[in-house]
Amino acid sequence: MSSIALVDCNNFFVSCERVFDPSLIGRPVVVLSSNDGCIIARSNEAKALGIPMGAPLFEWADLMERHKVHVCSSNFPLYGDLSHRVMRILTHFNPDIEIYSVDEAFLAMDGVADPQVIRDKVLQWTGIPVSIGVAPTKTLAKVATKKAKKRPNGVFTPTLDELSTILETLPVSDIWGIGRRLTRFLAKKGIFTAAQLRDQEDIWLKKNLSITGLRTAWELRGQPSLPFDEEPPAKQSIMTSRSFGRPLLAHEELAEALSAFATRGAEKLREEERLANWLQIFVITKEEGSAYAFTTLPEPTSYTPTLISYAKQALQTLYKPGLTYKKAGILLGDLVPETCYQRGLFMQNRDTAQERKAMDLLDHANEKFGYDILHFAAVGVTHGWKRKSELKSPSYTTNWNDLLTIRI
Amino acid sequence: MALKIPFYPEGVAAGFPSAADDHLEQSLDLHELMVKHPEATFYVRVEGDSMEGAGMQTGDILVVDRSLQAHPNSIIVALLNGEFTVKRLTVKGKQHFLTAEHPAYPPIEISEEADFQIWGVVTYVIHRAR
Repeated sequence: MSSIALVDCNNFFVSCERVFDPSLIGRPVVVLSSNDGCIIARSNEAKALGIPMGAPLFEWADLMERHKVHVCSSNFPLYGDLSHRVMRILTHFNPDIEIYSVDEAFLAMDGVADPQVIRDKVLQWTGIPVSIGVAPTKTLAKVATKKAKKRPNGVFTPTLDELSTILETLPVSDIWGIGRRLTRFLAKKGIFTAAQLRDQEDIWLKKNLSITGLRTAWELRGQPSLPFDEEPPAKQSIMTSRSFGRPLLAHEELAEALSAFATRGAEKLREEERLANWLQIFVITKEEGSAYAFTTLPEPTSYTPTLISYAKQALQTLYKPGLTYKKAGILLGDLVPETCYQRGLFMQNRDTAQERKAMDLLDHANEKFGYDILHFAAVGVTHGWKRKSELKSPSYTTNWNDLLTIRI
Repeated sequence: MALKIPFYPEGVAAGFPSAADDHLEQSLDLHELMVKHPEATFYVRVEGDSMEGAGMQTGDILVVDRSLQAHPNSIIVALLNGEFTVKRLTVKGKQHFLTAEHPAYPPIEISEEADFQIWGVVTYVIHRAR
């Protein structure tokens, strides 16, 4: 029987900050998003105070001041570097790891090592604590890892019986791959627990949840059904793609297809109440295989016209006349909750004319009163919090000028 | 995903190999000398004179390897009461000390209950001469 481990760094961004500032250990700590707008990581102590993931900073500033919560701006050079180190250490145990996100990786475990040994090595070598769950499938490993986080030794290799028991009470929303929309749908059908989903008839699953839902159920039953990819899809991203019924040749046709994908992707974003920070398009031609174009977005958005516009611009850089286009798609990535940013201003319910009017007002007001006025309104009363990464820790591992200095 | 293909801007010579090729060795690489466990190696700067006897001066960079076991007499980066320090780990019978390399600094005993942790082992001291 196969055995897969999910190695998941605990409160990763916070843990990175703690490696070089151990005074943060045991204290409530939060890390802010790139524009210091919302909270993207919390230590366990901060979670215990009730601070939710994705919380806008200004809403929680008071509480955080009262409880002396330490606030860090995000330090992605540091997090990226420590993440690479953790992943490379995992390859010492098995070169075939699947890096799922900046702080998670799947590892095939058959005879490879004791998860405790892996955990101890990562902790000693990098200072990053990880939790490791081991189970027959990736989906079950995710379940096991979540339990491992609560255990003092940070690892959990449940027996099949223990897994079964857990699935009896595990809500479907906690299953990997089951999002808000599916949770609501399943609830309507009277399916609330992982065990109930697992036990549904295959025919029903395929019909109502498509092949993805069927695979999830198989995974819950202990049958590995999700391939161990070399290049896994990015976590926190939405992909919309299609193979074309007949290959496309003209630029306009391709632009139309990508606009449709962008529209659908934007809809999915809004269904999940999230915004994308970047966009990547890909095309596959018969003659030259696949090509990609990546672009960051000026600000996190789910606004369809913006996504269409950027998708089309990206296409300009890729399109070559004379090739036959078989497939194309759009990947929307680095997703953040809508609550991070001004709500309502860019919601799709407004029509474009009204949207343009709103944006014009914003521009004029900023021009007249200066940038700060309306920006200030979005971020809220600052309580001395500075904006724009002023609370960023040094890039200890990527910049010679930022090395940790020790008084000896 | 973009496929990376190495590109040799000067072109690759074809034809008879040189006799020197048989004895070709890599140029000396400082990183290869000093960093045996890249994933566990970090650099820190020091300020102060307590470790002068070990060749450390203010502004020097230490190469610190977290993967190594600290032995008696290893120079270590440690956390004592939550503060970073760099000292030599010495053992006298059952007692452990953080010992400086400067006459003005007495050894600090590490008691059983002390808030003490080894952060990493110092392998090299880099001093800039110019």
